[in-house]
Amino acid sequence: MSDHDHIPHEARDRQETLDAIRETGQPFPPSEEFELHAGDSRTLWGDALRRMLKNKLAVAAVVWLLLMVMLAVSADLWVPQTFGSPTKIDTTTIVKQRLIPPSMGHPFGTDDLGRDIFARVIYGARISLAVGILATAISIVIGLIMGALSGYYGGLIDAGIMRLADVFFAFPYILFVVALIAVLGKGFINVFIAIGILGWASIARVFRSSILSVKENDYVDAARALGASDLRIMARHIMPNAVAPIIVYSTMSIGGAILTEAALSFLGMGVQPPTPAWGLMLNDAQNFMETAPWMMIWPGLAILTTVLAFVLLGDGLRDALDVKMKD
Amino acid sequence: MLKYIARRVLQVIPVFIGVTLVLFLLQAVIPGDPVKMITGERAMSPALRLQIMKANNLDKPIPVQYVIYVNKLLHGDLGTSYQRGRAVRDMLGEKYPYTVKLAFAAIIIEIIVGIAAGIISAVKRYSFLDVLVTLSTSVLVSVPVFWLGMLLQVFFGILLKQWSGGQIYMPISGAGGLSTDFPDWVYLVLPAITLASVSTAYAARIMRSQLLEIMGADYIRTARAKGLTSQAVIWRHALKNALIPVVTFIGLDLGAMLSGAILTETVYNYPGIGLEIYLAIGRRDWPVVMGGVVLVVVVVMVINLIVDVSYAFLDPRIRYGGAAE
Repeated sequence: MSDHDHIPHEARDRQETLDAIRETGQPFPPSEEFELHAGDSRTLWGDALRRMLKNKLAVAAVVWLLLMVMLAVSADLWVPQTFGSPTKIDTTTIVKQRLIPPSMGHPFGTDDLGRDIFARVIYGARISLAVGILATAISIVIGLIMGALSGYYGGLIDAGIMRLADVFFAFPYILFVVALIAVLGKGFINVFIAIGILGWASIARVFRSSILSVKENDYVDAARALGASDLRIMARHIMPNAVAPIIVYSTMSIGGAILTEAALSFLGMGVQPPTPAWGLMLNDAQNFMETAPWMMIWPGLAILTTVLAFVLLGDGLRDALDVKMKD
Repeated sequence: MLKYIARRVLQVIPVFIGVTLVLFLLQAVIPGDPVKMITGERAMSPALRLQIMKANNLDKPIPVQYVIYVNKLLHGDLGTSYQRGRAVRDMLGEKYPYTVKLAFAAIIIEIIVGIAAGIISAVKRYSFLDVLVTLSTSVLVSVPVFWLGMLLQVFFGILLKQWSGGQIYMPISGAGGLSTDFPDWVYLVLPAITLASVSTAYAARIMRSQLLEIMGADYIRTARAKGLTSQAVIWRHALKNALIPVVTFIGLDLGAMLSGAILTETVYNYPGIGLEIYLAIGRRDWPVVMGGVVLVVVVVMVINLIVDVSYAFLDPRIRYGGAAE
């Protein structure tokens, strides 16, 4: 605005209209979001950030996730000292310490083995966030490679990879994960590997369609005529056009991976006790639904709010980056 | 149209081969000795061992085993359970009706609640109801299904019973059991709500966004311009087109639900096919796992096929677009 401050009101309006014509070729801004002025950031990412900050739900989601990460990372410094160990079972005090309702000393109460539920929920965040992010990272790596091969080379490779993706989609998802865990064995590492391996097909499809929509452009031909290698064309000319949908999709799939991890732990096929995982805590809580309902409330709320935050963040990113997606 | 159907049917074959192949490979690399799964841990002579392996075709190379299995499969033979010694077809046949019942109950909820919520939300855009629908659908897609099941159990099974002095409550498990405390359908209510929750939220979202998009179309403006009431515009013109993607989604979802619902079935101890396959995985009863997964995958593929074909039938744009290829 500072450029225009000395211009009289009407003239400023005209000036803004002229600016708009110069920028967009139209006398009127194309949408209500058109509030940019000379000197403002005009990059894709700058605009996206601006739209993102206007979305209160997305901002709240980011704040919530940052808080979770901070609590989980710093847990060793304050949780055991204040609330006791999340895993150790003290057999001498267990009778007095078990199934205490939420109180000053134990804000979320204690479980059937006398462990503080708040401490377990905080440490559980480590498992959930780690599995969510690592599993999605694996899916992205496999998905990008498969999607690139499929979209860029086409033909038989494309047909083969897409049929393989169909096979992965045809399986009932949870059953497939459980079967894979039966082969790999239980435990933290196998859980995120199994979830990651099964997630590639969707990412591959997203990336493939981005490639297909870009690769016929003249500038790709031009780059090829200049002698650019396949890898260079992919990295410099195709990837930048495909980044936005992949970011949106990955954000949402972190939430999905956290839900799957919780389900696996709940079924006893995931992280093994005494490690505090939210799904595992809910499994324990099943036997105490009548006598100690607080055992099931907190881990469930933790899963719900974390997944919801990733979903809202994904929605916000989708709108901010203007990615077209099926609902 | 016929060409489209034929092409779509042919696509099913590689997927079917792929699924059975993947399952077979999983079985080949899974830890554990299948003979011990069949006989238990007791010691046996090498001759008896060989005999058992021969009887189950375990002595042949994996590719040969695969061909034998697929051949039997195509003749309707799903093999015999390692531990139960029963025909897999009979075991699955007992459980599958429960899964079908649960799936249809959930789909009915999804159709009624999902579509109604979506329409209300779109017609009364930005109203309190719209915000409520939008927020609650976001929450519902983030809820762990098994936790929702536990919450419903606590509320309808425990708290309601306490408040009403033991008069009013819902059964929290026991479908297919011997208890006659309730009519059969009552055992279905809570599992069906639990299973329907996530999909209902998606159905409502799709309904809302489709209707909003179509309300901006030219032919809707024309209908308004010729003086039709908003009611007539929505019911006679907008809804018809807006429903197509929703119906497609619900159709595909029916397929997913018919493939069993491990989590819902576990929470309510519901004797469906998802729980059966899950338990079989736990005890390494691979013929049951293979048979169960093949069954549900075939059901899913057939339903997806029907949905795709009827989609092309309902929406001429797809049909002619497909023919032009």
